[in-house]
Amino acid sequence: MFQLLEPNRIFSITSKAPKYVLLLFILVVSIGLTEALILSPEDYKQSHSVRIMYVHVPAAWISLGIFSTITILSIVGYIFKIKNFFLISKSLAPSGFVFNVIALVTGSIWGKPTWGTWWAWDARITSMLLLALFYLMYLIAWRIYEDKEQVFKVTSIITILGIINVPIIKYSVDWWNTLHQPASINILSKSTIHSSMLVPLIIMTAAFALFSLLIFLMKYNTELIKIKNKGLDRL
Amino acid sequence: MYGRKVKLRFFFIFLIAVTLSLTIFLILKSLEENVVYFKSPSEIKTLSEMQQKKIRIGGMVKTDSISIVNKELSFVITDFKSEINVVYSGLIPNLFEEGKGVVAEGFLKDENFFSATKILAKHDENYMPPEVKAALEEK
Repeated sequence: MFQLLEPNRIFSITSKAPKYVLLLFILVVSIGLTEALILSPEDYKQSHSVRIMYVHVPAAWISLGIFSTITILSIVGYIFKIKNFFLISKSLAPSGFVFNVIALVTGSIWGKPTWGTWWAWDARITSMLLLALFYLMYLIAWRIYEDKEQVFKVTSIITILGIINVPIIKYSVDWWNTLHQPASINILSKSTIHSSMLVPLIIMTAAFALFSLLIFLMKYNTELIKIKNKGLDRL
Repeated sequence: MYGRKVKLRFFFIFLIAVTLSLTIFLILKSLEENVVYFKSPSEIKTLSEMQQKKIRIGGMVKTDSISIVNKELSFVITDFKSEINVVYSGLIPNLFEEGKGVVAEGFLKDENFFSATKILAKHDENYMPPEVKAALEEK
């Protein structure tokens, strides 16, 4: 199985895959945006401002998903000393951070016309800001520490600290009074979002996931080139 | 199967995770008062002493309670157990409406009377097109 992780073989995939992922992304994002901005109906209460949701919610989901992935990879990588997992985590982090910032900014833009404020220090919004700070710490740690062993340890610790925040983000709207409304999409109970609005939301999530994959592949490719240039044959 | 070091590292991570989760849980539990963004009218009634500082009250805008006299808006926030009268003058958000969620920030005059300095609309988790809403109301 670990033969598959041989750098040259991965490199042959990561250097070719981006253009196909890019094409797929352009296709899905154009369908998603058409659905979200033109075809989907306006909301009975918020009218057209509901369309911000199609960027806001997928961005938040992707940033949470990437952080969870990074944490699992870092912990497993730390326990079993798999260096490759750390490189994957490092390459995933930038798009997670960007989507986190997008979620905060679009939330702010959405909040002004609907709630009447750009920012509120409620549990959901504050914990989401905290996640952005954890992302930032994670990214900075990779730049600060030169020694590989050290950077693996520090980034693992940052992800373990940060992952505790993830369920807090998810359940903040249920545990405490918040200005942010509770979740509309539930796995166990009926969702409170109409199917005509759910479809563009899912397509946009797929588009953002593809975008993250694209950025990941490019970042990861760069990491592999760095290793190649150093003349190391193992990850 | 795995080396002793691997097991130790696994246990180490496990301990860190458990300890941190417990710590965070206890901190949040004790800070509950400050984590909540607003209090409900019922919670205001149970306050032992009058609060002089700025607070937020949240709930539903009671149906048929909004009135505007001399540019001053007054309405009732209810949580269907207790109610509180609110007066306010200033900008109101688009989603402020009777029967919908609201958060008012301001000062408590007495336990039934609140003078707001800012009004925020709290919307619910329901999203649907107007036609569906109309169809639901017909039922």
